Amino acid sequence: MTGVDAVTGAAPAAARAAAGPGGPAPVLDVQGLSVRFLLGRGGRRGIVAAVTDVGFALRPGRVLVLVGESGCGKSVLASALLGLLPANAQVRGRALLTVPGLPERDLLAAPERELATQVRGRVIGLVPQSAASHLTPVRTAGAQLAEAVRTLRSGAAVNALVTGLAERVSLPIDALQRFPHELSGGMAQRVTVALALAGDPAVVLADEPTIGLDRPLVDRTVDLLARLASDEGRAVLLITHDLRAARRVATDVAVMYASRLVEVGPADAVFSDPRHPYTAGLLGALPSGGFRPVPGHPPELTALPAGCGFRPRCPVFGDGGCSNDPALVRCGDRFVACRRPPC
Amino acid sequence: MLSVRGMAVGYRRGEPVLDGVDLDVQPGRTVGLAGPSGCGKSTLARVLALLLAPWQGSVELDGQQVSGSRYAAPVPARTAVGLVFQQPRLAVDPRLPLHQIIAEPLHATGRSRQAPATVAELAERVGLTPELLGRLPHEVSDGQLQRACLARALVLGPRYLLCDEMTAMVDASTTAALVSVVREEADQRGLGVLAISHDEELLGIWADHVVSL
Repeated sequence: MTGVDAVTGAAPAAARAAAGPGGPAPVLDVQGLSVRFLLGRGGRRGIVAAVTDVGFALRPGRVLVLVGESGCGKSVLASALLGLLPANAQVRGRALLTVPGLPERDLLAAPERELATQVRGRVIGLVPQSAASHLTPVRTAGAQLAEAVRTLRSGAAVNALVTGLAERVSLPIDALQRFPHELSGGMAQRVTVALALAGDPAVVLADEPTIGLDRPLVDRTVDLLARLASDEGRAVLLITHDLRAARRVATDVAVMYASRLVEVGPADAVFSDPRHPYTAGLLGALPSGGFRPVPGHPPELTALPAGCGFRPRCPVFGDGGCSNDPALVRCGDRFVACRRPPC
Repeated sequence: MLSVRGMAVGYRRGEPVLDGVDLDVQPGRTVGLAGPSGCGKSTLARVLALLLAPWQGSVELDGQQVSGSRYAAPVPARTAVGLVFQQPRLAVDPRLPLHQIIAEPLHATGRSRQAPATVAELAERVGLTPELLGRLPHEVSDGQLQRACLARALVLGPRYLLCDEMTAMVDASTTAALVSVVREEADQRGLGVLAISHDEELLGIWADHVVSL
């Protein structure tokens, strides 16, 4: 990655975080992304700081898992990349999409028409949170897949592609004849993954695809997503609050807290040796990690404290050395938004 | 003890979901109930919570057989068993602020006078601030709403608590917080708990013993 530092004066640290560890050139390079929602006319009833100064890179063959508590801004981030935010949202930053055969473009500046006809489904596939509400209840799984294939791949042999998609997500062929309500939760989720793959996208965004599923199904679903990266060379962004699913498949991890990334790095390193007190707190809340809740509540996104959003809950603040600076800085193999020694 | 013996139940005639099920929940003990989706865990919870009448066998509460289910069950029996559901958003009235959601069982049983004090005390234990208590369900996160649902289930001081996938929708930190409140009740007040989850790692650390359906 060259030229990153030259990009945004607004967010040098986040831009450097986007450069991340080495690896293939990113297909999606997000720099200094901020999203604000204005409540009431012109923001008179408040401003929600949903995403603040976020940077990361999605690379082919890698799974970046974005973890954080519910309400920290994870899903807004995905919607911003797909241009699906409501009208009262203000977006800043850049999200450079670099796909072979297509001109480089900034998703955040692209007009809706371009996103609709060239990006969504074709370059970026979305695996939604709830299969039940994503699938059309009155049409069979196969009919919905065929429609997606016809729309996204003109002139293709539709039936062959549909059965091929079903096979790739381990969906039995007879399940294609069924309506969504006749499918189990796991089957329905596989249909949504197949739908996301219909346009052969280089990037797959999965927004809490496993919420409410039982553990074997969670494992199967995230394993399937991981194979899209490892076997098919796609770039995968998995958004989840399920740390165990994250640990299972992540190659890289980004921890989000109160609209900002607080730690970004290789999954093994972050999970085995968390540097940010919030990451350590989350891991310590797992049954295997000690089962201790992080005390307190996340701050309101309408009234974030100045500086580090975690400071009011921080167990190590007070030991000295807290600079209250929320920007990410390099710390060995990763980026951390905390200035404690040794960083 | 809250128990069923040889219980059979289902939703369609001739198609029992559960058949010949025995289960005991003892005061002060936590039974984990594991099993894959669709095996009847929630159905069993509904029977024990007196929300669903079994076809065969009956629910026994502290040595007494309970007759009837739902509103036909005697009030002292119904209020002795609390229930926390998986999806907090489907389990609350979206028009009520959190403090009213928690106080609802008190109003329904003619104990409105003790509501302010009881709600404040419980809210603090489940980790809800006074500011959060004034909000409507759509203004809080799933985790915060589930904290209110747990407080509501405990507000009448039940002798038994059924947690039906209580933590499936919430993050690790909220899971640890909710479970530690339930464990405290079990240890200090002798609450008997049925913890239903597909997460065997969680049950391993939460329950005294685990049974599988």
